[in-house]
Amino acid sequence: MDVRTTSALLYLDGVTVSFDGFRALNKLSLAVEPGEMRAIIGPNGAGKTTMMDVITGKTRPDGGDVYFEGMFDLSRLDETEIAELGIGRKFQKPTVFEMHTVEDNLRLALKADRRARATLVWRDSAAERARIDQILETIRLTALRGRVAGALSHGQKQWLEIGMLLAQDPKLLLVDEPVAGMTDAETHQTAGLLKEINRERTVVVVEHDMAFVRELGVKVTVLHEGSAIAEGSIDQVSSNERVIEVYLGR
Amino acid sequence: MIAPFMTRASDRGAMVFLGLLIAVAVLVPALNLLVPPSSPFHVPTYLVALLGKYLCYALLALSIDLIWGYCGILSLGHGAFFALGGYAMGMYLMRQIGTRGVYAHPTLPDFMVFLNWPELPVYWYGFQHFPYAMLMVLLVPGVLAFVFGWFAFRSRVTGVYLSIITQALTFALMLGFFRNNFGFGGNNGLTDFKDILGFNVQAQGTRAALFVASCAALALGFLICRVVVTSKFGKVLIAIRDAEARTRFLGYRVESYKLFVFTLSACMAGVAGALYVPQVGIINPSEFAPANSIEAVIWVAVGGRGTLTGAVLGAVLVNYAKTFFTTGALAPYWLFVLGSLFVAVTLLMPRGIVGTLQHWWNERKDRRAANGGPVALTDPQPAE
Repeated sequence: MDVRTTSALLYLDGVTVSFDGFRALNKLSLAVEPGEMRAIIGPNGAGKTTMMDVITGKTRPDGGDVYFEGMFDLSRLDETEIAELGIGRKFQKPTVFEMHTVEDNLRLALKADRRARATLVWRDSAAERARIDQILETIRLTALRGRVAGALSHGQKQWLEIGMLLAQDPKLLLVDEPVAGMTDAETHQTAGLLKEINRERTVVVVEHDMAFVRELGVKVTVLHEGSAIAEGSIDQVSSNERVIEVYLGR
Repeated sequence: MIAPFMTRASDRGAMVFLGLLIAVAVLVPALNLLVPPSSPFHVPTYLVALLGKYLCYALLALSIDLIWGYCGILSLGHGAFFALGGYAMGMYLMRQIGTRGVYAHPTLPDFMVFLNWPELPVYWYGFQHFPYAMLMVLLVPGVLAFVFGWFAFRSRVTGVYLSIITQALTFALMLGFFRNNFGFGGNNGLTDFKDILGFNVQAQGTRAALFVASCAALALGFLICRVVVTSKFGKVLIAIRDAEARTRFLGYRVESYKLFVFTLSACMAGVAGALYVPQVGIINPSEFAPANSIEAVIWVAVGGRGTLTGAVLGAVLVNYAKTFFTTGALAPYWLFVLGSLFVAVTLLMPRGIVGTLQHWWNERKDRRAANGGPVALTDPQPAE
């Protein structure tokens, strides 16, 4: 068995991914400590979504190491196995099960035996119903629990998806652009929600919205052309010359 | 508030459906056997066999609805599983002929004597026993679907690519079964059946019994499908249909779910084929024709996919229309009717008959529940 070599929950070292010669990730290194909330920013094409794909098993890296809890080599596992390890992912575009009710979306996400023969004879326990009620409260959708998810507003769908992540009870949450298309009020509420979640779990947020990242007030990693070019507080990185050059143009 | 009510409403739909099926299962044989032919209420024997055939098609449609309507797997080769079940039953019926064949050979079916085969091929062994043949009715389509699905779903073949390879599967089987040296009677197939379980297959009573058996098989298939789709497993199936990648990231092993439901569906199709053969009296390789499988998909689309009852309704309605059009002066136009029916349903009623009714009903319910505020129900957007 592998020996735990790092204290980091998520550890990426020299990760490279090429698509037809284009290097989406170029020797990317990143370490996220347990309990941390990390914001990843970067211009379009910086490799943020590819990084998520590598961590969740959708894309296999061409080189480098990706370790979870210091012992699980994520580059060898598939999406299902990685999800079982406790990594949850929220997509850029809100992806909920549109034909299911809000409640059923959460029920499907709830941590439980995922095998086919177990779901065939599944009965909800009281504990599970209580957990669903609790999550509905957290994401403020209690009143809409019986509504078909496809009929929710964009912001509500984003929250439902965050709620599904919570139901999964993951150790690490990957959240891709959670406030895209949200109103200012919703953005503010989402920041609060993520901070609340961060009390128990490690969170990695990929975001464009600088005001939102500032509101989160956490350590920021700046990605550019597939590598991390700066790391630190939002004030530190936004005064970094390289970052200004990348973001504001020369 | 709304969700449990809707489930109860669809439960009521299921009860109505089963009630109707039981009524048909009792009335049709009763009116055939007990009412004298002179009475206007008499159901002629040919009609019993015809309705029995519709019921077999309905079971095939149900099996397609289970995978297409609930899991998004569009199989354009489901006729293959139907035909394999039919061949398994046909082999049993052939072995029952015994010395009554044209060549009066005690073990070899006529076509083997004709081809100068010295002895029965190994894969024909055991088919003289009814339980063994029935096991094969389930096992042959089931194992083929399992092996095929294992490779296809594991390699993540989805959408139109999967449809194409299912089509190729049934086409390949058709070519194989057309060959004499395959040992299934070549292009003539298996026919000239005499007995089933010792009863004459042509007899009025046997036909009525086969009809009742078809009703029972359809009811059982319907109940199995209901149990599957109303369980949490069924919710996962719908999740896979609408957002497969999301389901994977939630930690569900999508290929296991697809494999289970595909295999179950193939077994149901096999049973449908097995009941079909004694009622029509023949099974030949044309049952594997790709067009047959596509037609079965049309039945489901017309009735309403993802509704179960719609699949049954669609199969019966379209086949009734087929009987109506192909027996009269309108016979040359049947294919045009079928084609325009599919175009019309796709364009005007994409949810199918039962789907449209359900949608209309639910909207009315929602509106009443929301005190007049109409609810915008959007169609599902497929995830990347």
